[in-house]
Amino acid sequence: MAVASTIIYDYLRGKKKFPHVWCPGCGIGITMGALLRAFADLEIDKNDVVMVSGIGCTGRMPVYCDFHTLHTTHGRAIAFATGAKIAKPNMKVIAVCGDGDGLAIGGNHFIHAARRNIDMTVVLVNNKIYGMTGGQYSPTTPHTKLGSTAPHGNVEHPFDVYELTKGAGATYFARGTVYHATLLQSLMKKALSKKGFSVVEVMSNCHTLYGRLNREGSAVKMIEWMKENAVNIKAASRKTPEELEGKVLIGEMLDIERPEYCEQYEALIDQLGGRPKDKPEAEESPEPEEIKK
Amino acid sequence: MKADPQNVLVGAHYLDGNHACGEGGIAAGCKFFAGYPITPSTEIAERVSRRFPLIGGVFVQMEDELASMNAILGASWGGKKSMTCTSGPGFSLMMENFGLGLMLETPCVLVNVQRGGPSTGLPTLPGQADMMQARWGSHGDYEVIALAPDSPQESFELTIHAFNLSEKYRMPVLIMTDECVGHMTEKVVIPPPEEIELVERKYSDVPPGEAWPYMEFDGEVSPMLPVGEGHKFHITGLTHDIRGYPVINSEAQHLNTRHLIDKVKKHADDIIWLEEKDIDGADVVVMAYGISSRVMQPAIAKAKKEGIKVGQIKMVTVWPFPEKRVKELAEKVKAMIMVEMNWGQVYLEMERCIAGKCEAHLIGHGGGTVHNPEDIYNTIKEAVK
Ligand code: SF4
Repeated sequence: MAVASTIIYDYLRGKKKFPHVWCPGCGIGITMGALLRAFADLEIDKNDVVMVSGIGCTGRMPVYCDFHTLHTTHGRAIAFATGAKIAKPNMKVIAVCGDGDGLAIGGNHFIHAARRNIDMTVVLVNNKIYGMTGGQYSPTTPHTKLGSTAPHGNVEHPFDVYELTKGAGATYFARGTVYHATLLQSLMKKALSKKGFSVVEVMSNCHTLYGRLNREGSAVKMIEWMKENAVNIKAASRKTPEELEGKVLIGEMLDIERPEYCEQYEALIDQLGGRPKDKPEAEESPEPEEIKK
Repeated sequence: MKADPQNVLVGAHYLDGNHACGEGGIAAGCKFFAGYPITPSTEIAERVSRRFPLIGGVFVQMEDELASMNAILGASWGGKKSMTCTSGPGFSLMMENFGLGLMLETPCVLVNVQRGGPSTGLPTLPGQADMMQARWGSHGDYEVIALAPDSPQESFELTIHAFNLSEKYRMPVLIMTDECVGHMTEKVVIPPPEEIELVERKYSDVPPGEAWPYMEFDGEVSPMLPVGEGHKFHITGLTHDIRGYPVINSEAQHLNTRHLIDKVKKHADDIIWLEEKDIDGADVVVMAYGISSRVMQPAIAKAKKEGIKVGQIKMVTVWPFPEKRVKELAEKVKAMIMVEMNWGQVYLEMERCIAGKCEAHLIGHGGGTVHNPEDIYNTIKEAVK
């Protein structure tokens, strides 16, 4: 534990930005820790990372991380990241989003980036509620559960983020929880290493709002629930549908190959004889006569 | 810095305003375009999508205008000159992240080929009714730079100029053209690259660890920080300090917003571009921008033939508004007239600056067609009575 802590110090804007804004016990901190350890394990140079976020509790993560960090508008992290990735295809680009940020207001950007299969990793922190605005129901709030705008129980039904991601065309999807922090770290490592659009959904606790409204108890209690109710996808095949009722499937659920967007566009440029994008500007202008020929 | 020869289609061409605008962006060194199809602007995207892969640029058709605006900001921070184009409804969607671009101080160019509005309005017909939206359409306090070309030739030239201003002042710059100019085909002369002057992006030479994304907040322009060279900066749409870190209080808000406003206000004389004619001794001055400044010409010629002393101002830049000039002229002339394809938008600024010192007239209509020069002539005659 002590060793792990010092590793992440190297990836944090330690002196400048702490204390952080999150509630004590919030799973976003565990998520950030797992993510930074994954970067450390892969020995990715901090200087090669662009981290983009939108708005929400998860959206505040970049300011603590010692990468190039771009905190944009609500829902737009993936769209902003698309431009950054195309401009700098050699950078490791990640977007961190909450469930409201990534799947409601940013849902369109999420599915289209997946369809393009542009090389980036999305860390989607799913705590089933809008935290920063005070506990409104989100696209992942389960049916009948309470939110400050679902005081009589949620009438709507949640997304299955795996099915959504897969259907949209992503090449990697894994789900973890903030209880299974080491598994989460290894799933993130896998996602970061994948060439293509990769998503790690992190089941997290918002005990302050979701937990309080739905009487699910403290941070510890909510995280214990994850321990008891998460079933690894590998073990799930041996279980009956009845046994899986109400459980959360975790682990690597999608890992396929498809052509990646930036590579495809580069190939188009090559095929048409366009200059490679990073070649320096021409030193001297040819004579106008030469151009006309 | 001169234009890269590879990007410049030297020679005389027969182009519409939209294609010319795309060529202007390419000549300016734009290498990233994100857009969403919308009439009457789509030809710009079509032009660029065909040309870009040939010169190493990337065109990406995004899922909507929100995404397009964000993608060009991301690409700009990634070091590419970037642009997008749209029209009315798409312009509304872009407003959210146009504001982000202003807040992050991100160079890029946004072209609005105006059509009639509100809502879906007149998709295939011209308007100039997004001028106040250009000025105030995103939430919060800020200043903008907006240019209005009156021809395909100007669409080419002003797109280059817009890129230059965006790099110089480190902010998104608007080109407020319209369906008429966008779809009008004329001769466009593209000069050789050595005659195209480009403003190069300024990057900080302060070493990593000591450089911040904004080195000062006093209306001056800070150099940008490159990605991948050790700076590992943070930028945010939240109110921030010069380090780019969020600070949520009124003092920081004062510094941040004053800076964004002063960056344009302090340099207004450099930014504002007016083409004036026959102002000395004029009794009446007609102001217009974009296509309306061409449409007013026969009316002015007719009035002059009758001995009326009429001067004219074509506003190449509409925002920032030429306050100083209008205030000066209001002391000297009998009347000032604004010609625009809306029910009075830029007119309101002219009237404010005139402040009762001379008469203020609006020649406006709801859009869908350019003005009838006869209406302009009649107002000029009325004004000097
Ligand atoms: S409100 Fe919820 S999600 Fe936000 S920091 Fe607190 S516990 Fe975490």
